[in-house]
Amino acid sequence: MTRTAQWLYGWLLLLPAAALLALFTHYPAAATAWHSFFSTPRGARPPSYVGIDNYAQLLDDPIFWQTLSNNLWYAAGTIPLSIALALLMAAWVNGKLVGRGLLRLAYFTPTVLPMIAVANIWLFFYTPDYGLLEKIGGALGLPAHNWLGSKNTALGCLMAVAVWKEAGFFMIFYLAALQQISPYLAEAAAIEGASRWYFFRRVTFPLLMPTTLFVLVNAVINAFRLVDHIVVMTRGGPDNATALLLYYIYEVGFRFWDTAYAAALTMVLLTVLALVALGQFWFLDRRVHYQ
Amino acid sequence: MSAAVYRATGIARALETAGAWLLGALWILPLAYALWTAFHPGEFSTRFVLAAPLTLANFAKAWAAAPFARYFVNTVILCTMILAMQLVLCTLAAYAFARFEFPGRGLLFALVLVQLMVTPDVLIVENYQTMNALGLRDTIVAIGLPYVASAFGIFLLRQTFKTVPKELDEAARIEGCSPLQVLWKVYVPLAKPVYLAYALVSVSYHWNNFLWPLIITNSVESRPLTVGLQVFSATDQGIDWSIITAATLLTTAPLLIAFLLFQRQFVQSFMRAGIK
Repeated sequence: MTRTAQWLYGWLLLLPAAALLALFTHYPAAATAWHSFFSTPRGARPPSYVGIDNYAQLLDDPIFWQTLSNNLWYAAGTIPLSIALALLMAAWVNGKLVGRGLLRLAYFTPTVLPMIAVANIWLFFYTPDYGLLEKIGGALGLPAHNWLGSKNTALGCLMAVAVWKEAGFFMIFYLAALQQISPYLAEAAAIEGASRWYFFRRVTFPLLMPTTLFVLVNAVINAFRLVDHIVVMTRGGPDNATALLLYYIYEVGFRFWDTAYAAALTMVLLTVLALVALGQFWFLDRRVHYQ
Repeated sequence: MSAAVYRATGIARALETAGAWLLGALWILPLAYALWTAFHPGEFSTRFVLAAPLTLANFAKAWAAAPFARYFVNTVILCTMILAMQLVLCTLAAYAFARFEFPGRGLLFALVLVQLMVTPDVLIVENYQTMNALGLRDTIVAIGLPYVASAFGIFLLRQTFKTVPKELDEAARIEGCSPLQVLWKVYVPLAKPVYLAYALVSVSYHWNNFLWPLIITNSVESRPLTVGLQVFSATDQGIDWSIITAATLLTTAPLLIAFLLFQRQFVQSFMRAGIK
């Protein structure tokens, strides 16, 4: 095949996918940046250039800062816990425990259920007066507590749902990685007299590093883009205690129809994701390629 | 099996088994609870008595209270449409990246990978405007279109196509196959397990997807199950939990049953899709 034919084939094969990607990923990302410097069109009033007004509004907006801080807490609470649980689950179902097939099933099932459906179920758990959590608390003599209605516990309740949903998903990647570690390593380490914990810390865990990075990146992205359960369980309340960044974008964009301000908020989210991507490349370069 | 010598023994082993089972029980509890509530009359929804009568009435009520049949059809159309288009587009693009030399290949590939981070879920505001301009708002096509050119699919298939020996490709060329025939006769058959893996991941993702469909649809004719379930449980029902959980199970049943039947394939598919 001639060189020109190669070029032509390459471009033509790529064209349909590239066109759609450009239309629904690159164009909207660029348009978001552009629109964030304009005002929201209202009725007959077309958008006008407002410079950094939308960003100034953002800096002055206490709700924005709260959603950002909520989101960071949410990430800090869900990511380490779900990764640690995933590793623990993987270690367990990789061993010779009784009924590990069933266990694997139990751990993984939340992954295939829609977030919106499980949020409905968990909502019932947390319901005041006759939810399961209240019944258990009542039986133990604890005072009644409105789990989702209280500012102190609502975000924690949502975090529990996220950890429950994600840990089993991350588990399978650890499981796959664990199965590829040569058993000779453990034998050699045992001959050298390494303790079980020492072996995990110095051999198994470093070998799992690429998996951990993969899982970590996924977990971070999910912490910023999965808000289905908020729509079902709290709608960002009480008093914005559970509003995450994307949920706030959704409210600003589709309930207040302030698209320009939503664009500025989206830029913040895109920045977060860009930082994650950069962090991933930096980390990949440095230490993950262990072998 | 890693670390056979480091397997716990004696009391430690018993403790670990107990811990694993406790966690497993905790993990399955919400689903078990939903099953209990859905199959029993309302007054037993938080009273766990073995003698509680079983009933299907909650399912019947849920089914009658909202157009779930229509939502099912919509979701099936949506998932089928997305998957079919994804398979075609991603295959072509992956083939280009794996086996053709053309200027801009590296840059274009990097531009494709951007979508792994910046998924359509994040760009809801602008994509809504685009769909409006295209006159597609409130259609099933609009729900699916932003996801059709999937960076993940392109990446996965490119990695797979790259492992196909060049000799096979060349042999087919010598036989007189055109590049598209080579793709169809050599690459696609060899990538079958990857296609299966991708299909399972794609269908479960779009069966479960919620935020974008919620925004872009507002009629029964286009709403998928997830949005239908939300509309149903948020507005129609007040707080009849038995009916809401029945509806919840109803909407997840096909996926859940498929998962229980093809457990191994599901787990392996998600694994395969993640490792590449």
